[in-house]
Amino acid sequence: MVAAALDDADLRRRAWDAAAQVVDPEIPVLTIADLGVLRDVRIHDGHVEVAITPTYSGCPAMNMIALEIELALERAGIARPTIRTVLSPAWTTDWMSEEGRNKLREYGIAPPQAASSRRALFGEQQVTCPQCGSQNTELLSEFGSTSCKALWRCRCCREPFDYFKCH
Amino acid sequence: MTAANITVSETPLVLYTLRRADDALILGHRLSEWCGHAPMLEEDMALANMGLDLLGQARELYSYAARVEGRGNDEDKFAYLRDVRQYRNLLLLEQPNGDFARTMVRQFFYATFADLFWRAMMHSSDPTLAAIAAKSEKESAYHVRHSSEWIVRLGDGTEESHRRAQEAIDELWAFTGEMFETCDSERGLIDAGIAIDPATLRAPWLKTVSDVVREATLALPSNDWMQQGGRSGRHSEHLGHLLSELQSMPRTFPGATW
Repeated sequence: MVAAALDDADLRRRAWDAAAQVVDPEIPVLTIADLGVLRDVRIHDGHVEVAITPTYSGCPAMNMIALEIELALERAGIARPTIRTVLSPAWTTDWMSEEGRNKLREYGIAPPQAASSRRALFGEQQVTCPQCGSQNTELLSEFGSTSCKALWRCRCCREPFDYFKCH
Repeated sequence: MTAANITVSETPLVLYTLRRADDALILGHRLSEWCGHAPMLEEDMALANMGLDLLGQARELYSYAARVEGRGNDEDKFAYLRDVRQYRNLLLLEQPNGDFARTMVRQFFYATFADLFWRAMMHSSDPTLAAIAAKSEKESAYHVRHSSEWIVRLGDGTEESHRRAQEAIDELWAFTGEMFETCDSERGLIDAGIAIDPATLRAPWLKTVSDVVREATLALPSNDWMQQGGRSGRHSEHLGHLLSELQSMPRTFPGATW
């Protein structure tokens, strides 16, 4: 019994470590652990179940991420897992790790900023340019290259940049 | 057309879920028709993004309806193998895109409703519907903001954009009443706290819509005659054309996979 429990704990840790290495296909500097997309790894009778949550309902990267998790676990010598998609609690940018935010900024994407203006019509947001650090920036479009990003431009260095929307 | 329609056991919860799924799929499909045709690149991406949100919501809702029904149907069968009369979406959402103003007015009317609807549904006693609602309300908040800004930009823009936006409001207004209607099969769900009574959303919807329309220097029509039918499968002539495009592949090659 004790040995089995230890085996399970070991398997869970190995499965988590393998899954946590999977990167977001759209933002390859972030792992799904950084993003908070990887929610849980459980062991049932020696079988691994990985729970992931979508950032947006229609996020097309979810199928790709599920496939990548299967491959990562296979490379770690773990039998084919079950991938479960969970909706609740709904994903929020608050789950993004500090390390993830730093990686995003270095990659040239402004990380999500805690803001209460999501619901405010015509609300003003202030986003810091990831290139030059200026706060003199403007929104070009609420919808950017992927569901989770908006398109901004820096008025100071004139560079356009992606902003990871607060969600 | 070689693949036969599925039959659906329309218990109240299955029907309720399918109605919301159909709303999301049909509007999502309409928005996808703009892909490559929008007036500017940013809008092309915005419309496709919103269509994608709606498609994601539709998939979750169809999958849940399939689980509740338990008859072997799935998201694809619900989307691809039901005919016009089996679709239960709002008439507003199947209306053709028309010009950009018309698409934005349709979006604005619906997104404002959907935002209120999903926010209220977060308190549903059905945990799956509550979870889908919690996801969807975050997305609809963006859809409301995006379309509201366009209503103001168009209404308070040039003479032509104002005229087109006002025409779109006048033409689509009669389809807005259906959003707040309830049919008998939903009463039990509302009493059980699974569903919400959409009539309670009418006042806050009208307030947001009126405020934005006023800021846009536009006006809401005074007529209150409202068209209905979508919720019971009586659709405008436009839905059949939309479905023939949406369903042509799986109808022609049943069971085909990539």
